[in-house]
Amino acid sequence: MLPLRLEGVHFSAGGNTLLGVIDAAFETGSRTVILGPNGAGKSLLLRICHGLIAPSSGRVVWAGTGRQAMVFQRPVMLRRSALRNITYALSLAGVPGVQRDARAMEALERVGLAGVARRAARVLSGGEQQRLALARAWALAPQVLFLDEPTANLDPGATRQIEAVIDEFDAAGTKIIMTTHSLGQARRMGDEVMFIHHGQVAERAPVKQFFEAPASEEARSFIKGEMPW
Amino acid sequence: MVKKNMVKKLLLLVAMMTFPTLSQAQLPFIVVASTTSTEQSGLFKFLLPVFEKLAGMQVRVVALGTGQALDLARRGDADVAFVHDTELELKFVADGHAVGRREVMFNDFILIGPQSDPAHIAGGKDIVEGLKRVASSKSAFVSRGDRSGTHAAELRLWGISGIDPHSGKGSWYRETGSGMGPALNTASAMNAYILADRGTWISFRNRGDSVILIEGDKRLFNQYGVMLVNPARHPHVKVELGNRFINWLVSPEGQKTIAGYSIDGQQLFFANAAPGR
Amino acid sequence: MNTFSEAALESARLLLGLDSHLLAIVALSLEVSIAAALCASVIGLPIGAMIAVRRFPGRQFIVVVLNALMGLPPVVAGLVVYLLLSRAGPLGGYGILFTPAAMIIAQTVLVLPIIAALTRQSIEDAWRDYEEQLKSLGVTPSRAALTLLWDCRFSLLTAVLAGFGRAVAEVGAVMMVGGNIDGVTRVMTTTIALETSKGDLPLALGLGAILLLLVLTLNALVLAIRDFAERRYG
Repeated sequence: MLPLRLEGVHFSAGGNTLLGVIDAAFETGSRTVILGPNGAGKSLLLRICHGLIAPSSGRVVWAGTGRQAMVFQRPVMLRRSALRNITYALSLAGVPGVQRDARAMEALERVGLAGVARRAARVLSGGEQQRLALARAWALAPQVLFLDEPTANLDPGATRQIEAVIDEFDAAGTKIIMTTHSLGQARRMGDEVMFIHHGQVAERAPVKQFFEAPASEEARSFIKGEMPW
Repeated sequence: MVKKNMVKKLLLLVAMMTFPTLSQAQLPFIVVASTTSTEQSGLFKFLLPVFEKLAGMQVRVVALGTGQALDLARRGDADVAFVHDTELELKFVADGHAVGRREVMFNDFILIGPQSDPAHIAGGKDIVEGLKRVASSKSAFVSRGDRSGTHAAELRLWGISGIDPHSGKGSWYRETGSGMGPALNTASAMNAYILADRGTWISFRNRGDSVILIEGDKRLFNQYGVMLVNPARHPHVKVELGNRFINWLVSPEGQKTIAGYSIDGQQLFFANAAPGR
Repeated sequence: MNTFSEAALESARLLLGLDSHLLAIVALSLEVSIAAALCASVIGLPIGAMIAVRRFPGRQFIVVVLNALMGLPPVVAGLVVYLLLSRAGPLGGYGILFTPAAMIIAQTVLVLPIIAALTRQSIEDAWRDYEEQLKSLGVTPSRAALTLLWDCRFSLLTAVLAGFGRAVAEVGAVMMVGGNIDGVTRVMTTTIALETSKGDLPLALGLGAILLLLVLTLNALVLAIRDFAERRYG
């Protein structure tokens, strides 16, 4: 289904442009980290890519059909067990009933939550809930996974666990597109960086080049920590 | 199939356990449109069990003002009307809404008022004179104002006295638009005069300072009649069951039962049905 | 002795005496109002949920009307149902006027807007939290409505309870379509109205106290269920 192409994508609300005109493509293989200060438009861009929000103008074009999933900053769990949260997603995806439990258990094992499969999802800790969200995505076997600041609310330990699972997605061949405002996470998790500032793509470069020799003035000051995030 | 049947039976069982009263078996019944005064006097509670046991049927009484009760009968929502406004009843039959009217019993109206009696009418035997004094002294008077038989009787008496009580509206003449009991509650709270039926008065408990001031005038006579809603207009009317009730009311046993109802040793209704036709 | 202390004595006497006549009245009250709350829930919950998750022209209007209908006077609901069920009315042929069935219908009409409107509010609040996640998973509006109904089941209990409370406490509608027939359609509120008419204020007040006690017990029960569920399911 890749590449994913953004053609003249623009988003405005109440007369204010929130996302400038963006032309970009996301290729298969590399992990893309969308980096930028708070309010730059990273999350909005991700939602437009995922199809949750329609752009005011321009088009989002996929090369083919396939499954995509998204993990949000704050995981939303239904009032049912961890296992049933995953089988629910599988049922929406049209997976036949007889296969759902096995696939869900496999996903829970993958993120290390098999032991709490029967526990109510909402009473799990923040880190566990985010891993459950990843398991839910894993069960869907998506070709593209969007992640919106997946570790923003978590402590370093939980963050490491989440990043490990994301690495597994990558190893399984899933295209990763994630936003973060953390420079460290961008270094660890990115193959390439798309730097967003004031709703515009200010710079896009391989991760090493971006951090060692940023081309734009905005990127330089962001890396130096001069911008609020 | 068997499983489906089981589920059905189980559901029925659950329903019966949740709603025991609603799932009770029903006797054949009629609906009687009657008046609040009859209901509140307690007569039906005394009378109906006797008849129901005898006849193996249920009598369901909806108690309203006479006017509303006749409206109910006119719409066909009752099988029998049992009310007390002879004039209206005769017109109701003449208009073809009901058939076979029979007179059953009477009680009487009384003029109730505060013990202090600002209009000085206590002990009088002339209701018209009493009303005239209430009006001329502009003493508070509570009217049912609800098109009931009692309301109609009150208006007739004002008519005889030549006074238009509605000229006193907003000052001494107060229409409550409610049943006998609520009107008595109001009158007792306001120390006002009020025309009431004796049955309701005897069983009424919130009297306050109110007492009977005028009674015994022939014009205070209150006749009750019973009739079958016209089955030609309303084919669903239960003719046989309705007549069974009417015939019993005017039969010697029915009449004896009515006469036997008393509260605190006071007889409330005087059976006066004409001997059988 | 004043009316209130008499009433306290009277309600104690009624409760302790377990008078079978009174029990029948209490039972009918509960059965009719529970049945009405159930009927209104079966209709109102899905309606409220669909309005919450769907966007369509006229939606705002429907929400306003629904909220306004929460204040529908019981007598008006009673009158409308009376005119429908009366022999002279369109549904007169069924002959259910002055039966418990008529009372259930009238109370359903009365309670439906309450349950639908409160459901709409509850589900819409939840939908704000769930919308992106569920849409990301590819949910259809009707599936979303079902999912949210189940997920909000404990808070929706409150909506159903509000409906039941309104039904069991109202007198206008049941009086009109039930006729307050002794032993058939006489419920707690119509008995209270009748005893008030007869000037037996202590008895009326005593019955009122029992009604209050019942509603209080039920509310406490539902609160306990919610509390337990919140700890269990988060």
